[in-house]
Amino acid sequence: MSDKVVAELHQPTPEVGDGGPDMIQLLTPEGQRVSHPDYDQYVADLTAEDLRSFYRDLVLIRRLDAEGYALQRQGELGLWPSLLGQEAAQVGSGRALKPHDFVFPTYREHGVGFVRGMDPQSSLQLFRGVSQGGWDPTEHNFHLYTIVIGAQTLHATGYAMGVKMDGNVGTGDPDRDTAVICYFGDGASSQGDVNEAFVYAASFDAPVVFFCQNNQWAISEPVTKQTRIPLFQRARGFGFPGVRVDGNDVLATYAVTKHCLDEARNGNGPLLIEAYTYRMGAHTTADDPTKYRVSAEVEQWKFRDPILRLKTYLAHEGMADDAFFTQVDEEADGFAAELREGCITMETMAGETMWDHVYAEDHPVMEAERAAFLAYKASFEEAN
Amino acid sequence: MALEKVTLGKSLTNGMRKAMDRDPKVVLIGEDIGKLGGVFRITEGLQKDFGEERVIDSPLAESGIVGTAVGMALRGYRPVCEIQFDGFVYPAFDQIVCQVAKLHARALGAVKIPMVIRIPFGGGIGSPEHHSESPEAYFAHTAGLRVVACSNPEDAHWMIQQAIECDDPVIFFEPKRRYHDRAEYDTDATSAPRGLFEANIVRPGTDVTLLGYGPVVKTMVEAAAAAEAEGTSIEVIDLRSLSPLPIDTIVESVRRTGRLVVVHEASSFLGMASEISAQVTERCFYELEAPVIRVAGANIPYPPSRMEEDFLPDLDRILDGVDRALAY
Ligand SMILES: Cc1ncc(C[n+]2csc(CCOP(=O)(O)OP(=O)(O)O)c2C)c(N)n1
Ligand SMILES: [Mg+2]
Repeated sequence: MSDKVVAELHQPTPEVGDGGPDMIQLLTPEGQRVSHPDYDQYVADLTAEDLRSFYRDLVLIRRLDAEGYALQRQGELGLWPSLLGQEAAQVGSGRALKPHDFVFPTYREHGVGFVRGMDPQSSLQLFRGVSQGGWDPTEHNFHLYTIVIGAQTLHATGYAMGVKMDGNVGTGDPDRDTAVICYFGDGASSQGDVNEAFVYAASFDAPVVFFCQNNQWAISEPVTKQTRIPLFQRARGFGFPGVRVDGNDVLATYAVTKHCLDEARNGNGPLLIEAYTYRMGAHTTADDPTKYRVSAEVEQWKFRDPILRLKTYLAHEGMADDAFFTQVDEEADGFAAELREGCITMETMAGETMWDHVYAEDHPVMEAERAAFLAYKASFEEAN
Repeated sequence: MALEKVTLGKSLTNGMRKAMDRDPKVVLIGEDIGKLGGVFRITEGLQKDFGEERVIDSPLAESGIVGTAVGMALRGYRPVCEIQFDGFVYPAFDQIVCQVAKLHARALGAVKIPMVIRIPFGGGIGSPEHHSESPEAYFAHTAGLRVVACSNPEDAHWMIQQAIECDDPVIFFEPKRRYHDRAEYDTDATSAPRGLFEANIVRPGTDVTLLGYGPVVKTMVEAAAAAEAEGTSIEVIDLRSLSPLPIDTIVESVRRTGRLVVVHEASSFLGMASEISAQVTERCFYELEAPVIRVAGANIPYPPSRMEEDFLPDLDRILDGVDRALAY
């Protein structure tokens, strides 16, 4: 090995909180617009109105998250995986998608679902325990949540292979060329499925963008447990491009994702995006992060808040005024109230529906067990 | 003698601590088991006391946990793997079924794979999918694996130590909804009340044998108490060992009672109760007064948590099973 390669291999992993020199940024944590030779073009036609709507999305999904958390605390949800801190990664990437693109989320992409037009109640039903997913993935081209870490990366790859088999890649027709985006976490990058997905996607030139939200933690394990090198560099070993973007910068995330999706649609997939961000809250409501991480780290990331930086930028550039910010907050209040009402009135399905969709075709065991269940239930009513 | 009231979870912790004190080759590996002490805190404090080399936080990959544990076992260690939840054992399934189970036989006995794979299992905790499953039959079906399930604190304390001492791979099921149950026992005792692969008659009775393992044992005991009030004498057996099956204890009991009801949360189709039913029918055909009754999970994916009460065998469903056995 050449000295250069050896030196490169032994490059220290950047400290938590520092995305390193390779990280694409268009808005600094202070809300300053910095230009980038490759990525400015992807945000060039965004109007002030577009930026205000980005801001609105960020605020609404943070509110969605706060409501999810509160509903869990009040016993209305069994569990809630918070997206706090990851709003820009989700809105930036989600807004870069076209309606006919297809999304494979983990269990944390409530924000991506929201910008895809999903009914925000949808993401609550799994955690309320009234269904194990319960939405039609084809309605908003947003697949069901996948809890088994990494499994969806292979599904996304196969879906993208299907897109290519359909001939919907590289035709030059913007309404036809299709990309697939697959979300996963830093922890997930260790799973066999994820690595196999990289191999398959590369082997079949699949039009898929792997979008890793590196939020620095996999429950209690820091990202350094999973990788020696920055995650975006993994792509190189599999033979496709990888890029690190500031995941707390909604503009940069939008620009980088738009670029990568275009590449995939043009037949230059797969690609890997590492959105460098931070999980500000607990892993889920069942977790206690004080056991394994210091609050100083969390404090440090507060300075990189994704919403504050866009707000500062909008205000400074005169693209939004106080009236606008107040109006968004008010909208968020109404949104939260609606969400809460929808959640607590969400009905639990009757027990006998458990047998309803296990198979696509009639199945004698389902019929028999459902009938036995109903007879058993009825025996209590007779007894009373 | 030190009579103490200890939870099932802490009993496992203490049992592993004893095993680690005794044998420096015992190492633990799993996701979040170090600093955090595991999502159920079963390894709490162990990394602090035994260090990061013996209590290993693994990268997030179950095939990696089990596969590297095989290598450690080949190198003379006794790894204890923690799988975070039942539904997350499947990425390791290939390693368990194709490698862990078979290496001893393939080497004609020249190598041993003395490892334990701990799996919290069962439902009733209000969780979303993959967190409430009962996958024991897959493993019991696989020759080369031993499969056990504890149901109470004292057994947890001893069974985990016995499993670690076993020279064969042991799949160790822990009833997660019973982790916080407490019981008093002598934590200083120097020998186990019974062997790892023996069943335990928890409550003697004469009319019906009620058999189960893991989380349902407590429910079965409650059912027996309720039935006693109505004049039915139920013998409750905690199976403890799913493979090998302590069939003689079961047969002996069924010969006395003439009736057998088997309970588990796992789906009934080809579940543990199916094998038990077949063996009991072969051995007790003339003593049986009724067919063997199964009270088990439905043959569907584990339902959303708000419906799980309709899925799990509860006290009423167990008593209904007993009534059905008695109706013959
Ligand atoms: C196969 C599998 N193993 C273990 C788990 C338990 N688990 C749930 S989330 C998680 C950590 C995931 O970390 P990461 O991929 O970084 O995603 P994040 O939660 O940080 O968004 C673990 C270990 C799981 N869901 N699936
Ligand atoms: Mg993470």
